[in-house]
Amino acid sequence: MGIFDLLKKKQKPSTAAVAKERLQIIVAHERRKRTEPDYLPMMQQEIIQVIRKYVAIADDQVSVQLDNNDDCSVLELNVTLPE
Amino acid sequence: MAKIIVVTSGKGGVGKTTSSAAISTGLALAGHKTVVIDFDVGLRNLDLIMGCERRVVYDFVNVINKEASLKQALIKDKRTSNLFILPASQTRDKDALTIEGVQAVLDELKESFDFIICDSPAGIEQGAQMALYFADEAIVVTNPEVSSVRDSDRILGILQSKSMRAEQGKAVKEHLLLTRYNPARVATAEMLSVADVEEILAIPLLGVIPESESVLKASNQGQPVILDEEANAGQAYTDAVKRLLGETVEHRFLDAEKKGFFKRLLGGK
Repeated sequence: MGIFDLLKKKQKPSTAAVAKERLQIIVAHERRKRTEPDYLPMMQQEIIQVIRKYVAIADDQVSVQLDNNDDCSVLELNVTLPE
Repeated sequence: MAKIIVVTSGKGGVGKTTSSAAISTGLALAGHKTVVIDFDVGLRNLDLIMGCERRVVYDFVNVINKEASLKQALIKDKRTSNLFILPASQTRDKDALTIEGVQAVLDELKESFDFIICDSPAGIEQGAQMALYFADEAIVVTNPEVSSVRDSDRILGILQSKSMRAEQGKAVKEHLLLTRYNPARVATAEMLSVADVEEILAIPLLGVIPESESVLKASNQGQPVILDEEANAGQAYTDAVKRLLGETVEHRFLDAEKKGFFKRLLGGK
């Protein structure tokens, strides 16, 4: 790596590059939401109710995500338990 | 068989009406009998861009409510033969468009036209959904700017789930029309490039319309910008229409024009 590369590294990414990266993230997120089945929000609520029987948690401490791969779907459930 | 094409975007002010006016004029110039419908009920503007605002007697909603016949409501364009305009109503009743009503009008238009261009209102409410529901193809007008790209993706989602073709398990053919493109700002990495937007939206590119003073000049005069053969925006629309008709045309105006010494000296644009 030459000295010029070091100088380059310090440069901020261009605003267009920032725009592209932000868009890619938000668009991917929104597409995933669009394709998720209708029952998912309801199921998330019920899962929260069940967990609440045992532990006090807030709504945003549970995340449910469905990922579709080629031949199988993975339901990912993340629960953040309070300390 | 008539083809129904919706010009849509989600976001407002990106150039839907300008593009609808230009593309419908271009199709008519190419010899296809074309009608362009303003779906923006309550905020009629296509008539102004097409320069026929003083000739509006009856409108789309009058036809749906059977207060006027299609023949009475259609305005024949004065400059371009084969071209007709169906203006939107100025009513404030936003539920004036119904699926059945719109379908009846489109079915009647299909009998005598080759192309039916639906100029969608902004947003994703009823008017926008009506404009895209019966579409065979969709032209998604996008500016190289974050909110416009995101809204375009949203409207693509609606096309893929809530259009009639989607309900029948068929696809609406999608086209990306990138407008207000400024190659000089792309060159300095201040603006998303064509490639960036194509990569994010992942739909075929119909055309790139450069940001141009001629667009405002054209709308000032009520003359679709495609008729301005000198202007690069007009030429870019002509190319886009050719592509829409299946021709392969290379994309132009993607790179910043280098001003020559004399041009700079003379202050030419």
